[in-house]
Amino acid sequence: MSKQWYMLTIVGEDRRGIVARVTDALFNGGCNLGEASMMRLGGSFTIMLMVELERSGSELQKLLQPVARSLNLHIHVDSIEGRLHRHREPDVSITVYGADRAGIVARVTGVLAEAGLHILELESDVGGSSENPIYVMHIEGHAGEGIEALRSAMELIECDGIEVNLQPVDTMVG
Amino acid sequence: MAALEILIYPDQRLKQISQPVQQFDGELRSFVVELEQTMRSSPGGVGIAAPQVGCFQRIVIVDLSAKPKIASHGRMVLINPEILSWEGMVKGREGCMSVPDFTGNVMRAERITLGALNENGEPQEYICEGFEARAVQHEIDHLDGLLFLDRLVSRRTDLFRRKNYGSRKTA
Ligand SMILES: [Zn+2]
Repeated sequence: MSKQWYMLTIVGEDRRGIVARVTDALFNGGCNLGEASMMRLGGSFTIMLMVELERSGSELQKLLQPVARSLNLHIHVDSIEGRLHRHREPDVSITVYGADRAGIVARVTGVLAEAGLHILELESDVGGSSENPIYVMHIEGHAGEGIEALRSAMELIECDGIEVNLQPVDTMVG
Repeated sequence: MAALEILIYPDQRLKQISQPVQQFDGELRSFVVELEQTMRSSPGGVGIAAPQVGCFQRIVIVDLSAKPKIASHGRMVLINPEILSWEGMVKGREGCMSVPDFTGNVMRAERITLGALNENGEPQEYICEGFEARAVQHEIDHLDGLLFLDRLVSRRTDLFRRKNYGSRKTA
């Protein structure tokens, strides 16, 4: 079997050493690691990891079974067409905040998607006091129809009492 | 004249510290011309440092004239450059001709006062801001064997710093 890339998604309760033990098992199983994104949120842990090896996806599952069992992790394997070096660079950075209320994410991302935004990264958090929570969201993305299209779309959102800051991302290469 | 070859990390020579220029002669000036052509032949490049082409002397070129929307001094040849003062820190995205296919966020001073010699050995002083200040700091780092990879900040830095403060990362 020739080398194949897999997307490995691992979810579980956060505890010390998960990344070390998972990557150790992968290394000992002859895997190559590609890009990875790990996040810890509300006591849970998740990682997406590109893994390359000369075996099938079910063998990759089997390889991780001992670690998964001992750390109580859910493991999901997809074989992917993707490979490394397919980064898409963000050209816009957007911060949104306002009084916490249901629908803010759907409203904002819906309007911006319509104006051509492709979201590359999104993070959000709830702050403020428990009586008056505020919702803060940060997006990095690619403005498919240009930044001006997003600016006009933002005006629609701001009417709803949501603050939106939009900054072009100009990457310095030197 | 052909562009010079650019060293690509993990070439360890990029981590080397460059030496001050002593001789301001014809050889230096023709090297500056070649260095500038190398910078112009890489798409999007607004700066270059001599160690990126394997010459370990403190020579930098920054030129933002291709970005008319950004205020700048245009073409600057900075020899033995020194940052005399700086203020403000701001996050921005950087890439490097010596680190292909990777960009990341880096904190840099927003405004710097810069002393340097030009290719004739004459002292110059510049006040640079924003994007230009960022380019100058990135290039001077090359002279000290530093890449923007040495200064990457987490994408969560801005929004989550206060909350995570003091808490223990377990994973
Ligand atoms: Zn560089």
